[in-house]
Amino acid sequence: MVDSRSTRAGVRGFESLLPHHIQVIFLSDIIHFNDVVSAVVDILENAETELPYDVIYALERAKVNEISHVAKEQLGAILKNIDIAGKKKIPICQDTGILIFFIQIGRRVTIDFNLEEAIMEGVRIATRSIPLRPNAVDPLMRQNSKDNTGEGIPDIKYEFTDGSKIKITVAPKGAGSENMSAIKMFNPTEKERIHNFVLETVLNAGGKPCPPIIVGVGIGGSFDKAARLAKAALLEDTQDMSKEELRLLEDINSLGIGPMGLGGRTTALSVHIKSSYCHTASLPVAVNIQCWANRHASVILGGDA
Amino acid sequence: MEYRFTVPLKKDDIIQLRAGDIVYLSGKVFTARDEAHARIIEMAKNEQKLPFDLAGAVIYHCGPLIKEGDSGWEVVAAGPTTSARMSRMTPEILAIHGIHAFVGKGGMENVTEAMQNKAVYLAFTGGCAALAAIGIESVVSVHWLDLGMPEAVWELELKDFGPLVVGIDAHGNDMFLDVRNKAMLAYSMIE
Repeated sequence: MVDSRSTRAGVRGFESLLPHHIQVIFLSDIIHFNDVVSAVVDILENAETELPYDVIYALERAKVNEISHVAKEQLGAILKNIDIAGKKKIPICQDTGILIFFIQIGRRVTIDFNLEEAIMEGVRIATRSIPLRPNAVDPLMRQNSKDNTGEGIPDIKYEFTDGSKIKITVAPKGAGSENMSAIKMFNPTEKERIHNFVLETVLNAGGKPCPPIIVGVGIGGSFDKAARLAKAALLEDTQDMSKEELRLLEDINSLGIGPMGLGGRTTALSVHIKSSYCHTASLPVAVNIQCWANRHASVILGGDA
Repeated sequence: MEYRFTVPLKKDDIIQLRAGDIVYLSGKVFTARDEAHARIIEMAKNEQKLPFDLAGAVIYHCGPLIKEGDSGWEVVAAGPTTSARMSRMTPEILAIHGIHAFVGKGGMENVTEAMQNKAVYLAFTGGCAALAAIGIESVVSVHWLDLGMPEAVWELELKDFGPLVVGIDAHGNDMFLDVRNKAMLAYSMIE
């Protein structure tokens, strides 16, 4: 499922197993500042103008599954919009989001430059070239930085892995769905309330987060870790759900909120749960809501294995 | 029913609409989000005149992505934003200005009374910015750019912009509220 854009500077084989929203760039030796800048611009353009195939597939299936005329029409408009955006290389949604980066750094990689500055520079360039809507503001003064950067923005999460590659994933996150997310610190004995907490969060959100939504659930960790788990869960393949996730999905869809809150069978496309150990005295649960435009793209930079 | 209207809207245009009808709009609309709503109210309090006319107007809940090209402003993407954020300020604005329609996404809360015999809420499919851009012919002008690109008031010329679903009509019907009530009932039935 790799298209011609996805690989450059050599073909090694394993990338044919990757979905189209993951690019691979092989570099002969070390990774430079400018490699990261141009890779960031590339994945931003990819993420903002094309959805991962699994999300499109889920939307197409939802349209077939709907019986209400209004619901079918909403999904039809969404699919038409995705088609136009991809062909014209323009953003799928005018809310091009705040930019969230997940960086995996191989233990054998040497970085002798400011990686964060390279990512920021990529964001500034992409903001002008794609273009992206300048969304980053001071939280209280509401002053817009005009280039999608600012103190703490973009949000960059780092993780170390094996090997000699860097994987950069960007997930632009719109505010409409983000604003409908919730976190709750349960008592350790209240685990049976988690299911209803997720349902209530979706119910309260109604049509506001642009359903059909994708629901990320983070269980455990700490106050902030639960939220990070929920956000990372949104990157999972929409077609890959556990029994528990499918049970939640079924209950969410039984609410009948439907596409855009106008009623229908598809309130959510998928549910993904991630968990981690937590303190014996706590049970944090976070629900991160994602609109249908579940945008994300990745690039893998680096040499052999 | 399906309708095609040109702005400025007449009261008769909107009175005939019923929740669930489809509408296509042509003519001028003003984008306005949180900050612009706050400023419209603030200026009315200070008895200041607006730099644009809202009589018979359509307000589009939208923070567009605009590019400054060789021939002026160009719309890149301009889908609707979450209308609920403007719910609180809308009755106040409707009391001051003769606005006949709001275009947005996701529905609004506690506005049916203020819209009674006065205005309708038209829902455009959320996130469909590329589709919306096709229905926008040009940027006529921009006001209050000091609020930033998304929050400024953009005067846009539309051509057959839609499909828009009448989410709230001028007779107290609210599709979103109906769906929400049904969802609450469904929730109470689970387990």
